[in-house]
Parts: sequence; structure tokens; C-alpha cells
Amino acid sequence: MDQNRRQLLIALGLGGTAMLIPGMARAEKNYDVGATDTEIKIGNTGPYSGPGSSYSTIWKCEAAFFKMINGQGGINGRKINFLSYDDAYSPPKTVEQVRKLVESDQVLFLFNTAGTPTNTAIHKYMNQKKVPHLLLATGATKWGDPEHFPWTIGFQPTYQSETRIYASYILEKHPNAKIGILYQNDDYGKDYVKGLKDGLGTKAQSMIVMETTYETTDPTVDSQIVNLKSSGADVFLNVTIAKYAAQAIRKAGEIGWKPVHFLNNVATTISGAMKPAGFENCQGILSTFWIKDPTDPTWKDDAGYKEWVAYMDKYYPEGDKTDNVNAYAYTVAQTLMQVLKQCGDDLTRDNLMKQVRNIHDLELPMLLPGIKVNTGPNDPYPIKQMQMARFDGERWALFGPVMTGNVHV
Amino acid sequence: MTMPPREAVEPLATARLAAIARPNARYLAIAAVIAIAVLLPVVATNFVVFQLTLVMIYGLAILGLNLLFGFNGQFALGHSAFYGIGAYTAAILMDKIDLPYYWTLPCSGVVCFVVGFLFGLPALRLQGLYLALATFALAAALPQILKFSPLEDLTGGVQGIVLIKPEAPAGLPLNPDQWLYYFTLAVLLVLLAVATNLVNSRTGRAMMAIRDHPIAAAAMGINTSLYKTLTFGTSALYTGIAGALGAIVVQFVAPDSFSFFLSISFLVGLVIGGVASIPGCLVGGLFVLYVPNIAERISTGLAGAIYGCIMLLVIFVMPSGAAGLGRVALARAMAWRTRRR
Amino acid sequence: MELLLQQVLAGLANGAIYALMALAVVMIYQAIDHLNFAQGEMATFSAFIAWQLIAWDQPYWLAFAVAVIASFVGGIVIERILFRPIHNAPILSQLVAFIALFSILNSTDGEIWNFTIKTFPTPFGREPLFGSRLISTHEAGMIGVTVVILGLLYLFFRGSRLGLAMRAAAANPDSARLVGIRVGWMIALGWGMSSAIGAVAGMLIAPVVYLEPNMMLGVLLYGFTGAVLGGMTSPGGAVAGGFIVGVIENLAGTFIPYFGRELKLTIALVLITAVLLVRPTGLFGRAVVSRV
Repeated sequence: MDQNRRQLLIALGLGGTAMLIPGMARAEKNYDVGATDTEIKIGNTGPYSGPGSSYSTIWKCEAAFFKMINGQGGINGRKINFLSYDDAYSPPKTVEQVRKLVESDQVLFLFNTAGTPTNTAIHKYMNQKKVPHLLLATGATKWGDPEHFPWTIGFQPTYQSETRIYASYILEKHPNAKIGILYQNDDYGKDYVKGLKDGLGTKAQSMIVMETTYETTDPTVDSQIVNLKSSGADVFLNVTIAKYAAQAIRKAGEIGWKPVHFLNNVATTISGAMKPAGFENCQGILSTFWIKDPTDPTWKDDAGYKEWVAYMDKYYPEGDKTDNVNAYAYTVAQTLMQVLKQCGDDLTRDNLMKQVRNIHDLELPMLLPGIKVNTGPNDPYPIKQMQMARFDGERWALFGPVMTGNVHV
Repeated sequence: MTMPPREAVEPLATARLAAIARPNARYLAIAAVIAIAVLLPVVATNFVVFQLTLVMIYGLAILGLNLLFGFNGQFALGHSAFYGIGAYTAAILMDKIDLPYYWTLPCSGVVCFVVGFLFGLPALRLQGLYLALATFALAAALPQILKFSPLEDLTGGVQGIVLIKPEAPAGLPLNPDQWLYYFTLAVLLVLLAVATNLVNSRTGRAMMAIRDHPIAAAAMGINTSLYKTLTFGTSALYTGIAGALGAIVVQFVAPDSFSFFLSISFLVGLVIGGVASIPGCLVGGLFVLYVPNIAERISTGLAGAIYGCIMLLVIFVMPSGAAGLGRVALARAMAWRTRRR
Repeated sequence: MELLLQQVLAGLANGAIYALMALAVVMIYQAIDHLNFAQGEMATFSAFIAWQLIAWDQPYWLAFAVAVIASFVGGIVIERILFRPIHNAPILSQLVAFIALFSILNSTDGEIWNFTIKTFPTPFGREPLFGSRLISTHEAGMIGVTVVILGLLYLFFRGSRLGLAMRAAAANPDSARLVGIRVGWMIALGWGMSSAIGAVAGMLIAPVVYLEPNMMLGVLLYGFTGAVLGGMTSPGGAVAGGFIVGVIENLAGTFIPYFGRELKLTIALVLITAVLLVRPTGLFGRAVVSRV
């Protein structure tokens, strides 16, 4: 054979082999602890008892979701083993449970862990141990900090971006307002207030006439509402969880106080807050939404809504179909499915973080039209868009455009 | 407190038994337990080591409560406050002035001793339930005080303070968890020895006399006010040091970690371990840490109910706690030995 | 001035809640000399029973009556089964038994009825009282019921033989036995009455704070405070204590500058502790004198 032909054959041979290699690498499986050929172990902590236990339906809904996925054959052929422990909203308990999940149960990653102070307690630990801390069930702004905490990522629109939107609305529509604030005296409450103050800028000092707090050991917030009314406030920022939101709304109605009323998104559940407060007291309350509220008749024939209802009927029948936190649980679980799908057979923690920061225009059935999940190496907030809504009659009515909150750490 | 509790009589019985059961046997038993404790981190995983460190810390906190209630008869429901004050003192010192972690323990101890002593002074006027409420008030108010905005720069406010885990001193082949385990063990042993000495000394007898019969004690010339306030201070010191250790081991302090529910846990641990028993505190710590976990394993939804049922079972079987059971068992063993001779 | 009036009335309304709870606490304390930590949970459980009956379309008053009777019986049963066997155990052990009961009831509530808040109807309606927006008919009703129950208890203890027997059993069990009083059953009766009062408290509180398993956590805290402030030997004192706590807390939160907004609970507790230091057995309590 002459020189050229031999060289050509060798080149072809090498080239052919070279083409096969990526194929071989793709077929090769890569696991970190917690992942095997047949199983993916996921860890979670949340309040099943104590304050915050009214949100425990979220993790029960997710457990049902994973059961559904397993029944359909799992994800990429692997079943999901979802370990969820109670931390009673107490940070030391969260630390203990998370250490158990990571060191004893050897989970691959943590998913949708609940609460702001509780997640703060494990924030450094997760990043030191290099375990993915994914899609946290809290909207505090500090989770979007890939430079210092690359292993942590939130999910829902941040609390601060929500109140920034309210601030813009106030500056535009009620520039001479006197603002009164009621907030829960902890990390979550303060984050909301910061967003409002930052959004109002220099006018914050002059516009805010009263700030008052409550603890989760307080039986009622009636006294705070009476104080707020007497302060002369005509705009009210209501940063409370469901039970206290209902009390606040009802008391305001009882004493005849009708301010422009902004309610934080976490308490917009109709069955959990609005209905107990009494629909007649809720008229005109403003909030923001990024999830379809199940009681909104607009979605009656919507394909996404129908899919969710079918899921609830079959897999989580004891769950409340009028409670929008169950729609939240469904959506965040589906986001996780997308991430795991993108990982394919490379179930290393590094790849998980890479994929979770690589979501493009993901549309999910219960997200409002126009809202998509998007992340990137410099974009650590999966959902940034919200739409305002006003309570009208017995339901929330969306209005205005889909807006983007753009608050960063 | 109108009638002396049963525990008052039993230390005498234990002393008699101890005299009969050669002292060597007791020291041997203690040495064996310490040896096991020292060897444990070698065989156990990091997580178990971490849990056992927490057990020791809770045991120490319960010992503090025991000194006040078990040995001195002052009914206090507020020890989560001293635990929290100790924890925050340590955290603030480590965070703001970079004080090495081992110095924070004496500082927390001193701060808590002072707070306890100052609290003990007006508490002299209160008895029983009223004292319980006053201490409970302190425990219930602490989280709110820690969240108070003007103090935010110092305490971290609602965000709390995140701490860095100390490494083992250079040269030792221990990871941080193991090192903290040994550190806590050393502190615990020292404080246990001090407490045992205290209880078996004149001071201890004075404390117990005040518990059993305050009027007689005063009539015998014991300065009840001084002893009661000093005991309050010492009790707070023990629980405060436990709090400081807790802060270092958990690496995080937040106001809502120190609610009055923690006080209730200490109370449960005290009773399960055995009132007026120093080793019993560790049994109490074990119970408070592990049994809720066991209950959760059995059923997530009814974890609280199962925990309660286990508590009830323990109370029914051993009304005087583990220490009470231990004494009964020891007495029976001694009686059997004497009969055999 | 109007703010002061509003806050005082709001404080009284809240205080009625604490007063009812304090009354139940003192009732049991009189019978057994201990704090019942599980009082709140027992009240919550009774309220849930009533709620369930109402959810099954039963009339309110039937549900109310069933809940009260069930609580009365339940209280006696718990005493006979749970506390009689350990009544010779050290005091703290009994306290821990109460804590266990608390844990069991709280967890069972959550499991059976879940944690979403539920509305509870009120027989008094929620209209403004006499047209005034300062206080609603329900809140006035609560205050009224508290006073009525207190009056009935007073009549019972002072004016009936059974009441006398109960007082004797609590004051001096040994002598009471000697005159033929069945002390064990008096204690059980005390438990039953306390549970029944707790049930009424729960069913009146639920419309205000919404029914859920953790409903009574905060209320119990304030209830104890009120009971101790008033003096554990006096039901009337306990009720007064409850009202005082409610009013102090509201006024502190409103009028104390700088600290009031965020330290409402702390200020209330500090004030109450201060009162205790001046009057160590509570405002209306009597010092117990015993032979040594």
C-alpha cells in the first residue's frame, strides 16, 4: 500500500474511533452517593408540627407526586426515594435532620427544604459539603448567590421583588399614601419589608407611618390592626401567614378600616385564608400571583388545570383542591423532574447544579401564561415573573401585565 | 413543697449502699463508661458522633436544671433562657471579636452566672408555681428580646448568627466532629466532677436541706438566701455553658431556637433521667434527643402522639426516672448479695 | 382617647379568652395542686369534636352540649386511667405526664383534622355591639359567659354540699376521708369540671382565632400568666388576672414608645413578674399557711 493510502486508513480508523468515544462516554453512567441504576434518593425537611404546619400539605403533595412518577416507571428508569423529615420549624432540629439525610441516609441532594431561618441554619453546611440544596421553599432573596453559595438555589419569586412591585404600584397610583405595615417578626417578614423600603427609596421614611409585628405565639393580631387604623394609614402591607392573614383581614373589616390592602403571596390561599376571613372583608385586596389559583373560573377548561385536578384526584385525594399551595407543590416537583431529565445518566452533584442552572423557558401546566422557568450561570432565580391580582367577589382576578422582579443579592 | 420528696430520702440509702458496695466497684464502673465514651468516635460515623455530642450538651443543660430543682427545690421553668443567653454570648464573642471558641465557655458561664444570680435575688420572694411562672416569663420573652431591632447589629436579629466550626488543634488526626465530641466530653467530665463534689459537700447538704425543709434549715443557721441565689447562679452557669457548646456544635444561633419549648424538653429530660441524680442527666439527654426521632420513624403524622405515649410508658414504669430504677435495681442486687453471704 | 378606649376594649376581649383559660387552669389546680399543661390541647380537642358535629350538619347547641359533656366525661376518664396510678409519684413526673398528654392530643388533632384553619361559628354573631365598632357581639358574649361561669362556680362551691365536699377534699384530704368524703372521686370531679370549662373556652375562642391544632399554644401561655397573676387559689382572681393581662399587653403595645411595637409580650411579662414580686402569691391569692 502506498504511504497516502495507509495514512488515510489510519486517519479514518482513528477518526472513527474518536467518533465512537463521545458515544461511549454518553452511555457511561456517573453517580454520586444517593444515585444508583435504580434509585435516586432525595432529602427534605419541613414543618409537620408546630408553627408553619399548615404548610405541611406541600411535602405530602410532593410525596404523592413522586409516587406517581414511580408508578409510571420512574425518571430515566430510576425510582425516586423521597425522605422527608419534620423539623418543627426549629433551626437546630433542621441541622440535625439535614445532617442525618446527608451523612446517614446519604441522599443525593436536598429538595424544597422549608423555611427561612431553618434554611439559613444549613446554608453554609450544604455548601461546605458540596451537596445540592435545590429549589428551597422560601422566597428569601439571599438564596440567589451563586458566587458565595454555589450549591444553593431558590425557586419562587423573591419576597423583595414582590414588595418592590407593590412599591412601584404605590408610587404610581398613591403617591401621597400613608403606609402601615404588619409583619411576622422573623427573617421572612423582614425580607418583605426590606423590599418595600428599597422600592420606595427616599420616600420610604416619609410614607411609612407605622410598622408593627407579631410572633407566632400571639393568639391574635387584633390589637395590631387597631393600632394601624389609628395611625391614619391608608395603605396596608400585610406580611402574615395564612392564619394571621385571615385574622387581620377580618378585624380590619370589623373595625371599618378600608385601606389599600397588599397581601403577601404566601397567604393568598382561598381555603386557608380568604374564605375564613370572610369574602365580604376581602374585596379589593391586592397581591401577586405566579401560579394559577385553582378556584379561578378562568382556568376551568384550561388543559394545565385539568391535568393538575386529575393528579390531585388520583394521587392526593385528601389534599385540598382549593388551596393554591398544592398547585405550588406540583409545579416545583415538575421543575425538579425537568432537572433530573436533563441530567440523564450523569447523576453527579456537579451535574445536578449545572443542569439546575441551565433551565430554558420551561413552561409548566400550573404556571400563569407567560411565566416560564429560566436559570443561567448568572441568573440564579428560577421564577422572576409575577402578575398582580385583585380579590373580586369570591376569587382572585388577575390584571395588568406579567412583570419581572429584578432584585439581586 | 409541703412534704419532702422521696428523692430526699434516697441519697442516704445510696450512700449506705455505696459504703457496702466497695468503692472500687463504683470507680470501675465509672472508668468503664468513660472508656466506652472515649472509644466511641473511633467506631461510630460522624453523624452519630454529632448526635452524641448533642446528647452530652443536653445532659449538661439538664444538670443545670437539676442543681436548681432537684437539689435545691426551686421550681424553674425557664432554663431555655440561660441556654440561649449562653449560646448567644458565645456566638457574639466568636463572631464580633473572633474570640477562640474555648474561651467563650468561661465567658458564657460567667454571664449566665451573673444573670442567674440577679434573677435569683427577687426570686427569693417567690415559691413553687409563682417562681415557675417568673422563670417561664424569662424564657418566653427571650426570643423577642433577641429579635429586637435596635440590638440587631449585636445579635444578628431575626437572621441569627452563623458560626464557623472549629478544627482540631494542629497535629491531632481528628475531624471537627470528633474533636468537638472530645472537647465536649472533657468539659462534661470536669463539670460532672465539680457537681458531684458540690452535692456531696457541706454546701450540697445545705442546698438539700433548704429543699426539704426550708424553715428547719434556716433554724439551723443556714443562710438560705445566699445559698438559693448562689444555686440559681450555678445552675444558670451550667446551662449557659451547655448553650455555648450547643452554639459551637450546631454552628448557628437564631432567636426562635430558644423558645420555651426547649425548657419543656429539659424538664422532660430531668424527670426521665431522675430528679436529684447527676448521672441521670445523661439518660435524660439521650431520651430527649433520640426518642422524638424514633417516634418520627414510626409515623410522621403521629410522631408527637407516639412520643407522648412513650413518655407516659416511662413514667408508669419508672416514676422516679432512670436513676430511681437504678437505685432500686442496685438495692435489690445488694440485698441478693447479702442474702447469699 | 378613642384609641385608648379601643385598645382597652380590645384588651378586654382578648382578656376574656385568657380569663376563660385561666379559670380552667385554676379549677384543676385547686383539685390536684398541679399545673395541667395539656389544658389547652384538651380544649382544642373538644372544639374539634364540636366542629365535626357541625360539619355533619348538626345544630350548634347540640354540638356545644355534646362537646361539653364529652369533655366532662373525658376529663374524669383521663384522671382515673392516667393520673390515679401515678398520683404518688413525684410531682415532676406527673407534670411530665401532662406534657405527654399535650403531645398526644396535639398530634392526634393534626392527624385527624389537618392543619388548615377552620372557621367556628359563634352563637353571638359578629355584629358590632350596639352599633359601636369598638367591640363585637361575640367579644361581649365571651366576657359575659366568663362572668356567668364564674358566678355559677361561686354558687356551686359556696352553696352546695358537693361543692363543700370538693373544697374539703382539696384542703385536707385525710380529714375529708374521715368524714366520709370520697376524695378520689372529688378529684375526678374537679378534672371533669375543668375539662368542661376548657371546652367552653375552646368553643368561644375558636371563632376569634380560628380553629386549628396549634390554636391554644399562645392562649395557654397567657392563660397561665393570668392565673398566676391573679393568684392560683382564687378563681375570681384568675379571671381578673386574665383580663388584666389582655389589657396590659394591648396598652403596652400601643403606648410604650420605642419598645412597645416589638416587645409587647416581653413588657407584659416583665410587668407581671414585677407584680408578683410585690405580691408573691398573686394579686388576689391567699398565702397558704401550713404546719411544719
